[in-house]
Amino acid sequence: MDTMEWVRGSLDHCVKCTICETFCPVSNVTPLFPGPKYVGPQLERFRTDDGSPDASLDYCSGCGICTTVCPQGVKIAEINSQARAKMKAQRGIPLRDRIIARPSAMGKVGTPLAPIANFFLKNHAFRWLVERTLRVHRKAPMPLFAGRTFQSWARRHPPLTPATKAIVYFHGCSANHFEPRVAQMAVAVLEHNGYRVIVPRQDCCGLPLQSNGLFDDARRYVRKLARNLEPYARRGYDIVATSTSCGLMLKREAREILELEDDEDLRTVSAHMFDICEFLLSLHERGALRTDFRPLDMRVPYHAPCQQQGHGIGKPALELFGLIPGLEVVDSDVACCGVAGTYGLKTEKYDIAMEVGAPLFRQVTAVATEVAACDSETCRWQITRATGIPSVHPVELLYRAYGLS
Amino acid sequence: MSADAVVVGAGLAGLTAGVRLAEAGLRTTLVGKGPGAMHLAPATIDVLGYAPDLVERPAAALPSFVAERPDHPYARLSADTVAASAEWLSAHMPPLAYVGTLEENYLLPTAVGVPKPSAFVPEAMAAGDLRSGSRFAFAGLRALKDFYPALLADNLSQAKLPTGVTVDARAVHLSDPGTEADVSPLGYARMFEDREFRSVVAAELLPRLEPGESVGFPSVLGLHEHRTTWLDLQDRLGRPVFEVPTLPPSVAGIRLFHALRDAFLAAGGRLLIGSTAAGAETKDGVVTHVVIQTAAARPTPIEARWFVLATGGFAEGAIFLDSYGEVHESVFGLAVSGVPAAGEPRFVPRYFDDQPMGRAGIAVDERLRPLDADGNVAFRNLFTAGAALGGAEPWRELSGNGLALASGFAVASAIVEWAS
Ligand SMILES: Cc1cc2nc3c(=O)[nH]c(=O)nc-3n(C[C@H](O)[C@H](O)[C@H](O)COP(=O)(O)OP(=O)(O)OC[C@H]3O[C@@H](n4cnc5c(N)ncnc54)[C@H](O)[C@@H]3O)c2cc1C
Ligand code: SF4
Ligand code: SF4
Repeated sequence: MDTMEWVRGSLDHCVKCTICETFCPVSNVTPLFPGPKYVGPQLERFRTDDGSPDASLDYCSGCGICTTVCPQGVKIAEINSQARAKMKAQRGIPLRDRIIARPSAMGKVGTPLAPIANFFLKNHAFRWLVERTLRVHRKAPMPLFAGRTFQSWARRHPPLTPATKAIVYFHGCSANHFEPRVAQMAVAVLEHNGYRVIVPRQDCCGLPLQSNGLFDDARRYVRKLARNLEPYARRGYDIVATSTSCGLMLKREAREILELEDDEDLRTVSAHMFDICEFLLSLHERGALRTDFRPLDMRVPYHAPCQQQGHGIGKPALELFGLIPGLEVVDSDVACCGVAGTYGLKTEKYDIAMEVGAPLFRQVTAVATEVAACDSETCRWQITRATGIPSVHPVELLYRAYGLS
Repeated sequence: MSADAVVVGAGLAGLTAGVRLAEAGLRTTLVGKGPGAMHLAPATIDVLGYAPDLVERPAAALPSFVAERPDHPYARLSADTVAASAEWLSAHMPPLAYVGTLEENYLLPTAVGVPKPSAFVPEAMAAGDLRSGSRFAFAGLRALKDFYPALLADNLSQAKLPTGVTVDARAVHLSDPGTEADVSPLGYARMFEDREFRSVVAAELLPRLEPGESVGFPSVLGLHEHRTTWLDLQDRLGRPVFEVPTLPPSVAGIRLFHALRDAFLAAGGRLLIGSTAAGAETKDGVVTHVVIQTAAARPTPIEARWFVLATGGFAEGAIFLDSYGEVHESVFGLAVSGVPAAGEPRFVPRYFDDQPMGRAGIAVDERLRPLDADGNVAFRNLFTAGAALGGAEPWRELSGNGLALASGFAVASAIVEWAS
């Protein structure tokens, strides 16, 4: 059975139990979106090549929580993504979506011009103009360009010697252009544990394109990336990712949503993909993680993003934090910060995204003494933008506790 | 991954076992495809409601019930265990107090006005007890589909109660909350958490109530702040207020799910929701690993010393019928007992009739360990709890949650005892 049939065919397993509806963060805050059961398995039956009978589908943020919780294995979020791509192809894809879906292209333009680009990104009048012309909300979180890419740092970074073990690092676009520090800390933590870190050439995984319905382009990017990573996976190297959503794209989403189940490169890569915390915890379980942590005396709210939950691995970051003396971590029980990649940037969805995240922002504000921790970059930016509290990737806390700074 | 104990299933049975194991200090991993029936079913702990006639006193009825049904899971669970499990639940979740005893069943109204027997019930449902007859007003929320207080009240007024008393019930419809769309039970639960909303509801309702009437609401009185919501409304109305279970989603059940999940996490349990247990590795009559499917295209084995199968019944895919008419257990490949012989009818037309396939499930020994086709313990360190157990007909007996809670409780006791 091809993947399309398999994803779409899963709608027959829906028993209308409403469990997904109780979890959907979007339908829980806005009547504009009638909920996953309705928009997914129910409405999909009425969608034909002539289009979708209902445009509310566009309000699905693609957070994937419905699929994670559906006990019958209905691929609700995946059905929605595919249907949205078709609907957008029929109704036209806004220029905005074509732009924000290309972080690596933005990075290539913005990086050399970082000071100027950042000046504009921080400028209220410019953001107002962008909102008026492109419908990207003026208050939505926008990362700043780092000016120097992680790739260029990695090329000059001397490999760890001697090293008996090696690992491949998939850094993703955001760490490359916006947060190279996160990637450098990941490298340092892995090296501290004796790994030589291989950073292959890599471009975007295509996830933002996929979320914005640009499937052909998304396929091109992810296949190319898989082709670049596959030789390592084939030789038995594990691949770690610090971007939890892009890691999920390589593990599963591209295969299912983009119907690339038959792509051998992707399957091989998927079989070797690890979220970095998943990987470090597996080291710990084998007694192979260094635990020479210094105390970190702070209280940190931790948010496991929806896409991290999609991995089906629990919350390994929490268990790693438990190894750090002095560190008090409060796990947020909120499933989504609202931004869901690029969803919360869009003017018409900004308010919904902020309302979805509101309970999380309250928890973060109440708990944090210094920083919040969260695995996903867009969610970190959203949390920081909404609360003013800096948000860090879990590896940053490990990095600090190892005394690597 | 590794753990001391792995529980498969995030329903009442699995979570009960998981919480107790984690609290006993075992490193416990719980894997669930998704939440189980708790999100759908009323949160009442129904131990035994029909045998097949209405059961008024479950403790008194159980001995003869199991004597007539030696293969029933209650034959492996003493009445003390059942009572202890309910006590554990109630004492364990202070914000979710349960009331009741095994001595007698409450009779609470369902959403369609049928008196339903339950042994242990959420505190906020107890005032709906019909046994001594009374006067009830049922509040209707217009935007809540699938809850018709007029139908409820009408059926209840005609119901024959074992005590011989009659019930005086009527409906009071509240005005629209002003939203165009339907509001789900969860949506209303959030609205009721708002004081302002409650004061509007109370102001509209109060003048329309008659002296001596208790007020039944659909079970939407708050989610995270349920107790304060319920007590406040009771205060404002100056009379007993109670909840009536709704059709799915069940807010009362979600509260129970939250309470158990939070207790599990607080005890240090590792929760993997969204992962499917797809198989197991075994060696010399012992399970060594459960193999789960995560997002990555590789199987993930979890090594442990003890395993609990709490995957529910047919509805959750724990047990399935293939196209050759054979019945299988989906994780450990266990023998399924109680399957009608080839050629015998498997199903009868009416859903709630005595379904020949209805008792199919896992047969177990006294410690709730699955038996193989020859009646021997299949794996020494594997235990089974909940709707996966064979020999019961939960929906006809009204025993589903009672069995899930007591068996989840009992398997944890067996493992903790073994571990120490
Ligand atoms: C609508 C409804 C109304 C009900 N009303 C009542 C009532 O009024 N009174 C009463 O006593 N009982 C009632 N019941 C029955 C009662 O709720 C159940 O019998 C009881 O909750 C079963 O609990 P359980 O934990 O055994 O199984 P479930 O709650 O079914 O949980 C099974 C769990 O296993 C998981 N699972 C299954 N297979 C796998 C796998 N391969 N890998 C990982 N996870 C897996 C599922 O996702 C789920 O988390 C009702 C049930 C329903 C559905
Ligand atoms: S959780 Fe799954 S089975 Fe239940 S209503 Fe949603 S899609 Fe259907
Ligand atoms: S993907 Fe998220 S927003 Fe979309 S239907 Fe599912 S839970 Fe709701």
